[in-house]
Amino acid sequence: MEWDWEFVRQIMPTLIEGLKITILATALGAVVAAVIGLVFAILRMTAPKPIARATSFIVEFIRGTPLLVQLYFIFYVLPDVGIRLPALVAGVIGLGIHYGTYAAEVYRAGIENVPRGQWEAAKATNLTARQTWIHVILPQAIPPMIPALANYLIAMFKETPLLSAITVLELMNQAKSIANSNYRYIEPMTLVGVFFLIMSLISVVFLRWLEERYSRVEQR
Amino acid sequence: MIDWSGYIGLILQGAWVTVQLTLMGSALAVVVAFAAGLGRLSRFMAVRALATTYIEFFRGTSIFVQLFWAYFVLPFAGITLTPLQAGVLALGLNVGAYGAEVVRGAVKAIGREQREACIALNLTRFQAMRHIILPQALPLMLPTFGNNAIELLKGTAVVSLISLTDMTFQAQVVRAQTGSTLIPFATILLLYFAMAWLISMGMRWLERRVSRGLDGVRV
Repeated sequence: MEWDWEFVRQIMPTLIEGLKITILATALGAVVAAVIGLVFAILRMTAPKPIARATSFIVEFIRGTPLLVQLYFIFYVLPDVGIRLPALVAGVIGLGIHYGTYAAEVYRAGIENVPRGQWEAAKATNLTARQTWIHVILPQAIPPMIPALANYLIAMFKETPLLSAITVLELMNQAKSIANSNYRYIEPMTLVGVFFLIMSLISVVFLRWLEERYSRVEQR
Repeated sequence: MIDWSGYIGLILQGAWVTVQLTLMGSALAVVVAFAAGLGRLSRFMAVRALATTYIEFFRGTSIFVQLFWAYFVLPFAGITLTPLQAGVLALGLNVGAYGAEVVRGAVKAIGREQREACIALNLTRFQAMRHIILPQALPLMLPTFGNNAIELLKGTAVVSLISLTDMTFQAQVVRAQTGSTLIPFATILLLYFAMAWLISMGMRWLERRVSRGLDGVRV
């Protein structure tokens, strides 16, 4: 079968529609992940021992099981207990929880990497807990986190095609339905690949820039 | 009342497919990771370019897209793969690309003085790599390889979408036949977690094994 540019031109608008949903899901998923990650990180670091242990186990469990199965779980099991979510919402929650566990690790590492001496100095200069966090700890903890978080953002973007399995009409699903109704797989599937490749090549350049910029802060 | 024993058998069959996929995919991934990772450190520009293109391409697109491409587009190029072959190929090449960066990073992390000592002792490049650099680089790679193997295990769930009867696929079958959702999905979540745990235990054992004799040298 030959590559057909006319067909490409014809399906482009549909694919762009799908791309919009993909980007929307990524953006919403990132917000959910950032918040859930913070909750997990705080629970693991400050909650009483049994709760911290339980949180660690939950994080390990989520990281050790496939996102696809988690999506199925949210989409098919929750309606049985009366929680019926639209596909996109279920997808965003799935992405958010899954990547939240990765974000939690990054937060924790970032905060623990602030040297002990900084905490002690803050105490010695009689700063309150609030002042210590805002003026001493977070300004040193956040910059090194940024490249790592951006890395997971890119990873999450690449996982969004999984949402097609729970009927979200994102890029991959649009491509599949075009392919199935026209019985032409080459163009839609290749274009999806090209879209993802372009987006991630751009984001790799952006990531390099972030790394360069924020590692300088670290060395100061 | 549903008779679960038959359905459990179905899910266990699927679990076996998942295990096979994980093992074969990992084997391919390790080979590809060393080939591409060392390729990026090659003296020859063409080899470096080839390895870099491969790595960027497979890390840049998702496993899902690669799998569909292997399964649906390659037949038009005359290469028809069974779902299992397509799954192993896509998983192995995808995770291999991540592994290649690990290999490269670990080899580069070995100190300059080791390389200089090899040159001083007149070892060939192959001898230096085989006897000096890799034995020291391997313990550095293993922890990340362990994570990659777990990523691969998680990736295998995606093959259910190209009709390969792995654990996730069988859970969907059970759901369709019984109408029950909680039991099949909870069961396979636990099984996946058990497998991930086994991998991390195995990797820890391997790590102790390969760092034997390196005590006091580094790390």
